[in-house]
Amino acid sequence: MLSFLARRLLTFVPTFVGVTLIAFAFIRLLPGDPILLMAGERGVSAERYEQLRQQFGFDQPIWQQYLDYVAGIFQGDLGTSFVTKRPVLDEFMALFPATVELGLCAIILATLIGIPAGVIAAVNRGKFFDQALMSTALVGYSMPIFWWALLLIIVFSGWLGWTPVSGRMGLVYFINGPTGFMLIDSLLSGQSGAFRSAVAHLILPTVALATIPLAVIARQTRSAMLEVLGEDYVRTARAKGMSPVRVNGVHALRNALIPVVTVIGLSVGTLLAGAILTETIFSWPGIGKWMVDSIFRRDYQVVQGGLLLIALVVMIVNLLVDVLYGFINPKIRKG
Amino acid sequence: MTDAASQPARPAVPPSRLKEFWSSFRENRGAVIGLFVFLAFLVVAAFAPILAPYSPTEQYRDALLVPPFWQDGGSTRFLLGTDAVGRDLLSRLIYGARFSFFIGVIVVTLATTLGVLLGVIAGFAPTWLDTLIMRLMDIVLSFPSLLLALVMVAILGPSLLNAMIAISIVLQPHFVRLTRAAVLAERSKDYVTAARVAGGRPLRIMFRTVLPNCLAPIIVQAALSFSTAVLDTAALGFLGMGAQPPTPEWGTMLAESREFILSAWWVVTFPGLCILVTVLAINLMGDGLRDALDPKLKRS
Amino acid sequence: MALLEIRNLSVEFATHSGKFRAVDGVDVTVDEGELLAIVGESGSGKSVSMLALMGLLPWTATVTADKLEFDGHDLRKISARARRRIIGKDISMIFQEPISSLNPAFTIGWQIKESLRKHTNMSRSQRQDRAVELMRQVGIPAPEKRLQAYPHQLSGGMSQRAMIAMALANKPKLLIADEPTTALDVTIQAQILELLTDLQKNSGMALVLITHDMGVVAETVQRVQVQYAGQRVELQEVDGLFENPHHPYTAALLAALPERATEKRLPTIPGVVPGQFDRPQGCLFSPRCSFADARCIAERPTPAGHDLGYALCHYPLIDGQPTGKENAA
Repeated sequence: MLSFLARRLLTFVPTFVGVTLIAFAFIRLLPGDPILLMAGERGVSAERYEQLRQQFGFDQPIWQQYLDYVAGIFQGDLGTSFVTKRPVLDEFMALFPATVELGLCAIILATLIGIPAGVIAAVNRGKFFDQALMSTALVGYSMPIFWWALLLIIVFSGWLGWTPVSGRMGLVYFINGPTGFMLIDSLLSGQSGAFRSAVAHLILPTVALATIPLAVIARQTRSAMLEVLGEDYVRTARAKGMSPVRVNGVHALRNALIPVVTVIGLSVGTLLAGAILTETIFSWPGIGKWMVDSIFRRDYQVVQGGLLLIALVVMIVNLLVDVLYGFINPKIRKG
Repeated sequence: MTDAASQPARPAVPPSRLKEFWSSFRENRGAVIGLFVFLAFLVVAAFAPILAPYSPTEQYRDALLVPPFWQDGGSTRFLLGTDAVGRDLLSRLIYGARFSFFIGVIVVTLATTLGVLLGVIAGFAPTWLDTLIMRLMDIVLSFPSLLLALVMVAILGPSLLNAMIAISIVLQPHFVRLTRAAVLAERSKDYVTAARVAGGRPLRIMFRTVLPNCLAPIIVQAALSFSTAVLDTAALGFLGMGAQPPTPEWGTMLAESREFILSAWWVVTFPGLCILVTVLAINLMGDGLRDALDPKLKRS
Repeated sequence: MALLEIRNLSVEFATHSGKFRAVDGVDVTVDEGELLAIVGESGSGKSVSMLALMGLLPWTATVTADKLEFDGHDLRKISARARRRIIGKDISMIFQEPISSLNPAFTIGWQIKESLRKHTNMSRSQRQDRAVELMRQVGIPAPEKRLQAYPHQLSGGMSQRAMIAMALANKPKLLIADEPTTALDVTIQAQILELLTDLQKNSGMALVLITHDMGVVAETVQRVQVQYAGQRVELQEVDGLFENPHHPYTAALLAALPERATEKRLPTIPGVVPGQFDRPQGCLFSPRCSFADARCIAERPTPAGHDLGYALCHYPLIDGQPTGKENAA
């Protein structure tokens, strides 16, 4: 297990270097002068230009620039937003909990429904329930979520008036809580109705964001189960007189979970991609919306820093998934 | 009648591979429906100028935001209504089919060619080159695909072509991984050793001996990538980073109509529905392909 | 009284290209404490008939039988729940691939004890003791340690011993061993066979040994049932079978044994077992039979009497010579 972890960590390093290279190259690949680009549309005077050139080290050789950039990363310096004048890392940290809260709710919803649905479909293979479930899953999987989110708004906010259209919290509440998770902070704040408001704001974005992972998890669980159900050890379990619930839910599912966990881990990337669209549509103040806004504002230091940080998050999650994978797969644990 | 009677009840010969493929594909009702919907869209895309009642860009200033014909205020002049500047929605949707297929074909071709090439090379290359290629793919996969595509478009400038290039680059690591895994699995088999012992040239072994046996998963992935391409390009269009207005691309149309979601449902609903139906049809077909090509999941 | 009695069992699989009959009217009888071997090539429906008995066939299979009785239970009419009380307790089964037959996600001990928990009301510590005892019984050294091992940490022979331990957990009346040694090294094969036959003798359980290896049969069993293409073609005591096989297929199988070869070249049986698409109209063995004539190709034979080993042949062999040809002609 330890050597497995060590090997896994080793592959982390080159990927990290590659990611920093891409983020570093980003600003330099933009057509036009990076300083003028970063300065935005207002432009800069000649002295200011020279000053900025030196400040960002564009007068240095390119490898020196890269080394400085990486050194900066390790000191937590990811540049400063040209729009807000705040450090990119600070902005990220302020917005990140909103995305985590949304993403976690979505992945929990997707897992809680997706795995049982996939198991039941696999066990009832070819029957009506399987076909209905898998057709629904395929529709979910094919869903353009930017459109799906708009439909949800039309129906639940427009026609039914059940849920708010955007944001994280009703305007009457002021929550600036310790965790950054609105569900927890609103409870801690003790303001009546705040928690309800937080939940109401969370529902539609969660459903929109969970749709594709839910479909993917259900489909993956079903196919992993189908594969496992044909294995000899499932026959052995049945030969021992085990009930179908135990054969499917313990003997088969335990093995089918191995690929499913991978898929859940991989859907973190999908989730962040989905968050870009979902957060934009629901004006959810998370990093997805922050990135899109920054691209449009040409706030390239933010885009560069955000790119790096998001890639880092994905890499860390993938690492955790691999560790978890080791825990549920005895062949790796003891091997 | 007499013909049928003289036939033996049991087939005398096992069915050929293609026939068997078709018979198991046909067994999947969804896949056949998907195929027909796909073909229908293909026809619509090919004959858009004939089928569309109006030009997709012509603005009828006297008819802004006219609802579909079955709703109050709608008329059969504009079957599915008009958008905010008075363009016929149906015509725009019909022309939109062209863009979606164009996008799908180009993106899949680019991503598959590049991905399969790199995958075969990685599968046969010495360890250092294999590692290099796979690490590069890991790096690309470390970014959420849509974000990377967005940033690439930000570099290249927002346009449909750049969006397609960006999405091809984001999609191809999946082909590399898949091809490499399939190649590695095949490479150790006896027939490859036999070909090598027989003195086959490396390139011939790579592309003529091994690759054809890895095609099944690649074909399935290509089919499924087609839908991802359509979906992601639409998403970029929706974010304003894909096709630019007034192009009648479905995602771009959605973006233009966002502000009317609570007042004119049809301008939002129909473009999205077109994306969903197209993507669903392709995914249905892809599933059918996979079930038909993957003997592991076949019934015993 | 027979412990297991099967009359006219047929199993059909639904496939893409029509129905495939894997088992075609087979009879099997096993008495208490008896050792029966079912012999035949791959595809002769040996395993399928036993899986049908266990209720382990996939849903594509249709099982029909005139009689399917075990220990007084009619397994055709029994509910799934009631069948599960018998399966794994009074009948257990071990399989050809020991490594893949054990669940890779759980320890050996967990898998043995699960069986005990299902069918007995032993306490946790009793189950542990019983598991250790079982592991000892099947000759696994350091049982306490091995109980905590995962299947992939065990060799093939060890895995099969663990499978046997698991099958013996609830002292079954009948153990079905489906090619238990085929996937193992030759040196291990003999050990596992010896273990199985010893267990059968000492515990008084009945053992059905499914194999394609006539050599195995000669050394171990009492009665032999020979199957071909889903049909039973012969049933005899082992001595009689080796001395005087009545079905041409049995005779050919025996002739192919190296120990019995009389010529320099080892005789073989030409061709393969008929599959879904090349099933002959008449006797299923006729295309490969050296004695076959027009009648064999056109007509299905019926089983001969007890003294001819129930041979499914128009012209059952006596001392290697076909009989009854003159009458037919």
